[in-house]
Amino acid sequence: MAYTLNVNGKALSADVDGDTPLLWTLRDTLGIVGPKYGCGVAACGACTVHVDGQPMRSCQIPTESVGKAKITTIEAMSTHAVGKKVQAAWMELDVAQCGYCQPGQIMSATALLAKTPKPNDAQIDEAMNGNICRCATYTRIRAAIKRASGQKEA
Amino acid sequence: MTYHDVKANRREILASVSAAGLTLSFAVAPKANAEDAGLKPLNAYVRVAPNGVVTIMAKNPEVGQGVKTMLPMLIAEELDVEWSNVRVEQAGNDPKTFGRQFAGGSMATPIHWDELRRVGAVARAMMIQAAALAWNCGPGDCTTTPGNVVHKPSGKSRTYGSLAMACATITPPDPKSLTLKDPKAYRIIGKPMAQYDVAKIVTGQPLFGIDQRRPGMVYASIIKAPVFGAKVASADLAAAKGVKGVKTAFVIEGDPNGLFPQGMIGQGLLPSVAVVADSWWAAKKGREKLDVKWAEHPTSQQSSKGFAAQAKALAAGKGQRSARNDGDVDAALAGAATTVEANYFYPFLSHANLEPQNCTAEFKDGKLEIWAPTQNPEPGRQLCARTLGMKPDDITVHMVRGGGGFGRRLANDYMVEAAWISREVGAPVKLLWTREDDMQHDHYRPAGFHHFRGGVDAEGNIVALHDHFVTFGTAAAAVSSAGMPGSEFPAMFVPNLRYEISAIPLGIPTGPLRAPGSNALAFVFQSFIDELAHAAKADPLAFQIKLLGDKPVVGTAPASYGAARMVGVLKAVGEMSGWANRGRLPKGEGMGVACYLSHLGYFAEVAHVAVAADGAIKVKKVWVAADVGRQIINPHGALNQVQGSVLDGLSEALHQQITIDAGRVEQNNFTDYQLMRISEAPAVEVKFVITDYSPTGLGEPALPPAIPALTNAIFAATGKRIRSLPIQTDMLKA
Repeated sequence: MAYTLNVNGKALSADVDGDTPLLWTLRDTLGIVGPKYGCGVAACGACTVHVDGQPMRSCQIPTESVGKAKITTIEAMSTHAVGKKVQAAWMELDVAQCGYCQPGQIMSATALLAKTPKPNDAQIDEAMNGNICRCATYTRIRAAIKRASGQKEA
Repeated sequence: MTYHDVKANRREILASVSAAGLTLSFAVAPKANAEDAGLKPLNAYVRVAPNGVVTIMAKNPEVGQGVKTMLPMLIAEELDVEWSNVRVEQAGNDPKTFGRQFAGGSMATPIHWDELRRVGAVARAMMIQAAALAWNCGPGDCTTTPGNVVHKPSGKSRTYGSLAMACATITPPDPKSLTLKDPKAYRIIGKPMAQYDVAKIVTGQPLFGIDQRRPGMVYASIIKAPVFGAKVASADLAAAKGVKGVKTAFVIEGDPNGLFPQGMIGQGLLPSVAVVADSWWAAKKGREKLDVKWAEHPTSQQSSKGFAAQAKALAAGKGQRSARNDGDVDAALAGAATTVEANYFYPFLSHANLEPQNCTAEFKDGKLEIWAPTQNPEPGRQLCARTLGMKPDDITVHMVRGGGGFGRRLANDYMVEAAWISREVGAPVKLLWTREDDMQHDHYRPAGFHHFRGGVDAEGNIVALHDHFVTFGTAAAAVSSAGMPGSEFPAMFVPNLRYEISAIPLGIPTGPLRAPGSNALAFVFQSFIDELAHAAKADPLAFQIKLLGDKPVVGTAPASYGAARMVGVLKAVGEMSGWANRGRLPKGEGMGVACYLSHLGYFAEVAHVAVAADGAIKVKKVWVAADVGRQIINPHGALNQVQGSVLDGLSEALHQQITIDAGRVEQNNFTDYQLMRISEAPAVEVKFVITDYSPTGLGEPALPPAIPALTNAIFAATGKRIRSLPIQTDMLKA
């Protein structure tokens, strides 16, 4: 059936089965491909989006359960007050290798900084531990979060 | 050529690349884009638009190793342009123009260091020639500043953009005739450059294989037998076809010749069942409704436990083949002051690219167009041609960014599947494997068993070393990435040394995983050398330096070993890490050292670990000293590769293991095949030791020594020797 979703500030209509995970509705039906498929079981974080500002794994959210919640994806981070700072830090430090996980990393980092503007290492670990980087760019992810939050990169 | 083993075939690749070489590189023009449409390129790699924007082709596939940035930097430097004026464009698969295009073996730097700088120099010489014609002067009166030709006597200048049209009539000079820049004048090489696609990556643009889309495209999911190569005995497709959105489902018999081309299991089209739908989710739901019975298969009794039992029996006997036999090992062991005997094991590993295997294919009017995140496009094209009975010229392969390579995408099994399905359904199709498909149908890093004996004399010299390596395949021909050369270190450094090899038949596909061969052999050899150092009551770092001796180079190419280079990085890592002060570490902490030569790079690493009473391991820091020659081309990318490789190695040692039962892989997702997460990642401090050798690659060589540096540090911290991976923390309990 048709669902109207609030994605990146726009009302978008998707005709999908209600049990279709939000990830696949975004990617295949709405053409929003920033959220990535990595595991399908919420173990890697590549599909992370914000649901009313909270970082969530979109592979685990049935489309029928989204309702009126505001979905925000990496595609909208350039206009997000915190997100654009995170993206800028990611670019300045050239964090990525293959880059596949980085949309998810940036979504988790942005949610962290929106709630905790100056996170310490333990807080970074806790917020980012659900996001696998197979290329293991963790050194730069940590540094970029510090930079985006105006802290010394250590 | 087929990709048997990146490591073994390095020289062959070099030879084939240089043969394809420069003359061909200037033959064919790249397609123009809007900015400079209608302009004739200067050569296959370079176009200059009237506004001065320079487009440079990136010839190799990009899977995160940074070549899309680094290779064009070489051209831009010698062309003499501002990097900010450069646009990089991914080349298609076109070996006639670009020679061999692949991502493997850390070969991009050694192959292209000279060649692509000369491509840039040729283009610059053409610009100078065009300006000299316009000014009616000799080229010797001209020089360049970035993007301009300058007439030295008068100081007048012309932009490259204004000369581009005139270059069309200039005959390119012989690349070998040109003098390259003095490195002191470099403005691009050696400067940290962000990845060319960095802005697209952080904004989530559709760069990857999985993001490809074609008009009228359908989606496919494919199921293969859990026992590799087992045929479909029966398949009930009705329920799958009844799922909303499913368009069709069908059995793929598989190509018996494709199954074992050149003895490689699983490189071709395997027996399978495909479900095609109007969305991937529908295809996956349909696939879950399939009722497929798989035929019996000769390898369905294979298991990790069975392999271990066979290895034990084989190790007790004489090796099936001798790989090296220097001096008299048995006599030297009998005369040694101290001897050590130990069994080592490392498991099968999966590549676990974060982007699961996928491919988009469009079969139309007898032609096939493919968009693949492949590391190895031309063999993929040939595989598709062979399997589908097509002419290679009727197949076009576009290289799209891969979400991690690590060697997995040297194989093209997903490509031939997508091609087959597209032809079957007569529509463009995007095939995407599930994570579970990906983990259960990899080309695994082969497991291996080593039985070592070693002896040290009273002066702390290794006088004898014997390794009986039990691997997979046949004694004469190990399966992909399961071999060991007779030159494996410390061969040539120990007077009495014997390597014997025995093999267990294997029905599991194997293939190169980042630093193939080395990622396993470094662990066992560098651990055993550390055991000998401790047995001799020696400082392990000093013991390694003593073993390397005082000859700068030992052996002859291609098996030569730059002992002085390794000593150099060992000394450097000792200073960086404060090795001499390691005795002051608190109880439960320790430092370990290891070194390894792979992919032409000399690496020495020290790990500092803390092991808690419950056995929990905390890697506190890793120091790396690296010698890859005289020039780090892109320091940004280089550091990222080294730090990532080290953490990748630690991740393998701490967590990763694929086990086999009843012929099947037991793991299926990141829940039971763990990768390192940020909370476990230590700081990795890196120093590049500059030596006067031609630059070599960085995609792999930092990985191998990270593993024994860690396990040797655990021994220093606990007195417990890790001889089997992944590390079992249970055995480290106080």
